[in-house]
Amino acid sequence: MSTAIAPAAGRGALTDRLLGGNRSRRLLVLAVGLLLVFSVVRVVSGEEALTSSSTFAAALLLAVPLALVALGGLFSERAGVVNIGLEGMMILGTWGAGFAGYQWGWAGALVGGAVCGALGGLLHAVATVTFGVDHVVSGVAINILAAGVVRFLSELLYTDNEAGGGVTQSPPLSSRPPSFSLPVLSSGPDLLGDLESRHWFLLSDLAGLLRGLTNGVGVLTLLAVLMIPAAYLLLWRTAFGLRLRSCGENPAAADSLGVPVYRMKYIAVVISGALAGLGGVFLVFIANIYREGQTGGRGFIGLAALIFGNWRPGGLAAGAGLFGFADALQLRSRTAVVALLLLVALLLAAVAVWQAMRRKVVPAVLAAAFGVAALVGFLTIERLPEGIVFFTPHLITLLVLSLASQRLRPPKADGLVYRRGEH
Amino acid sequence: MNVLRRARLALLAPLLAIVVALAISALVILLIGEDPLAALRVMVDFGDSPSQQTQAIVVVLNRAVPLFLAGLAVSVAFRMGLFNIGVEGQYRLATILAAAAGAAVSLPAPLHVALIVVVAMLVGAFWAGIVAVLKVTRGVSEVISSIMLNFIALGTASFLLTGPLRGSREGSSIITTEEVPESGRFPDLNGVLGALGLAEPRTELYGFLLVAVVVGVVVAVLIKRTRFGFDLRASGLSPSAATASGVDARGMVVKTMLISGAIAGLIGLPDLLGAQYSYGTEFTAGLGFLGIAVALLGRNTPVGIALGALLFAFLDRAAIPLQFADIPASVVTIIQGTIVLAVVVANEIARRLTRNQAERGNAVAPPTTGDGSTGGGQGPGGGPPPDDGPGSGTGPGLRTATGDAGRTDQPQGAKA
Repeated sequence: MSTAIAPAAGRGALTDRLLGGNRSRRLLVLAVGLLLVFSVVRVVSGEEALTSSSTFAAALLLAVPLALVALGGLFSERAGVVNIGLEGMMILGTWGAGFAGYQWGWAGALVGGAVCGALGGLLHAVATVTFGVDHVVSGVAINILAAGVVRFLSELLYTDNEAGGGVTQSPPLSSRPPSFSLPVLSSGPDLLGDLESRHWFLLSDLAGLLRGLTNGVGVLTLLAVLMIPAAYLLLWRTAFGLRLRSCGENPAAADSLGVPVYRMKYIAVVISGALAGLGGVFLVFIANIYREGQTGGRGFIGLAALIFGNWRPGGLAAGAGLFGFADALQLRSRTAVVALLLLVALLLAAVAVWQAMRRKVVPAVLAAAFGVAALVGFLTIERLPEGIVFFTPHLITLLVLSLASQRLRPPKADGLVYRRGEH
Repeated sequence: MNVLRRARLALLAPLLAIVVALAISALVILLIGEDPLAALRVMVDFGDSPSQQTQAIVVVLNRAVPLFLAGLAVSVAFRMGLFNIGVEGQYRLATILAAAAGAAVSLPAPLHVALIVVVAMLVGAFWAGIVAVLKVTRGVSEVISSIMLNFIALGTASFLLTGPLRGSREGSSIITTEEVPESGRFPDLNGVLGALGLAEPRTELYGFLLVAVVVGVVVAVLIKRTRFGFDLRASGLSPSAATASGVDARGMVVKTMLISGAIAGLIGLPDLLGAQYSYGTEFTAGLGFLGIAVALLGRNTPVGIALGALLFAFLDRAAIPLQFADIPASVVTIIQGTIVLAVVVANEIARRLTRNQAERGNAVAPPTTGDGSTGGGQGPGGGPPPDDGPGSGTGPGLRTATGDAGRTDQPQGAKA
């Protein structure tokens, strides 16, 4: 493999075999590999919770709001507007869902949450696009403002409300959203559940994964999962999407070609707010009630998922899935999180070998050192304390950023204020 | 440009913002069927007896001290075009570790206090230093890394509080660290109040007020009167011009973040050493984010930040009286949030106004810098930091021609 022939000169033969070929084959190899590693870790550590269907179901439940928020971030940042205010828009969404939900049921909650989130987005758009305020500053202000507004509205509307509720919570929703299960396989005869309970290597793990993803899936979950490919098609396969993305890459050029840059940014940021609001609605659906502080910083984790996913729909879905899984695992069983350390050790060992084959000494040594540390952690730690588990997603994001930030490619004009005629 | 005009320009934006914010808040209060003027009267009513009035002043000052320090910490980074959102995590982690260190040793009074202060500053600087190192070595945007580090700091603090540093007994409803002994506490300033002829308040005026004033003066001198401060401001206004004139951009990022973090470490100490004596689940939270608001309000100058902190502290004090007057206390948060948004919008409008004036030939120097090509590009901006941070403190008229160099420059430096 000389440099002249192979374009991927730095790779070894093994890497070529694993990562070569087309995109779908690479993804398939990656997915099968991950499942295999998970199976091995489950068998070695004896943590059945690691791949049980209830863990995967919980992971899906926790991943959906993150994915919705991250999708919101995708629209806004692809149009060049950095959106730190996602958390605030999500908070507005939870409030809107609570308010509309107790009066008009789950469908009302969907609309109410999306509208409230979109209002937050509109505010962000007015500040950043029309007035040219720094995007991060406006986002921080919206986060502060949103917390005050929802508390104010709750005090105003819920304190003397006969339907219940109070200063920090709404009355319960008047109807629950419907949920679906796949017939025969994961409900009724429940073939997958049967297979899962046998704890066979690989097969049971796969069954757990499939059953977790197909049993009792809520309507908004379905909507969110469909939205990811829909967002891809909208942004990468339509003229509208091309125009929107051109505003995030080079607004001056887009403007010169007749794209209404301001309007596109407005549309993108309002959509972004609505999606973040839907993320909030999902949290309200889980609890069946609006509570203050329900978002718990998930808006920021959604932002992290977006960056983890390199500003792409597929990537952000993977990021949301990963963070949701880590979160679900710690909810199901805190000892199972320790088993994750073994997984990390295996993955880091692979990274170390790969980097060593590419003659990158420093990253290889670093990865090996962290891998050994993770292995030692797995062997010595009984269970991780609560505070530490809580920030796993954030730590992962930080690691990914510090290891791979050179490979990430945000939209080129992301975060820059565009003023017509000034560039 | 004469002094008067400069002052007018500097004051225009904040005053405009406060007026707009008050108008919006009045509208909100009208909407719920209350009288805005009555609400205003409740807010400025400091009580009837002299003792009550002094007490109100003490409450405002005690709240203003940490807000001022938080604003200062944010502003140091702002001046360089860096966005330190991580102040929240920096001060929480610094406070719990400082509280633990203070409780663990016994020393003579001044040394004990000094030890606590040093520990807090070191922890804050260390935590901010991670952000800086990640930025200069790996090109990670400081906005994202400091948000993530906030969560990590809060998680670590809660782990430390419930685990190794737990001081309160099992089963008590509020978990705290061990109390800092008498020798580690900061003396209060009630004697000064008495000397000024004011009545004795119910609570103590934080002695840390003096430390905050000293820190404010030091920062002002550092930024305005030293070589380092000049480099810092130059890097903030135009990274490319600063680099061209020999400023080490990476070193500046690290140094600035270390200073910002060290100041952030102090934020929790007024409450820790003046009233609470231990860090617990009920410890004052959210000061880091309010600090961003205060820094924006004060346009990143120490005097402005002090005024902004006093304003926010005044509003915070009004929350409880408002509640008694049957007006939701959250009006205060709404006013604060609106002020911030109004301030940044007003800053932007004022900047455009001055530039239009300059373009008509009224001013000597072209006053603009890279418009809006502001901080926080989330990407691989490994090189020099982005230019002009939000609302950089010098009035728009003060910017010099170097600013134009930053204008054509892509802020996400390390694209090449």
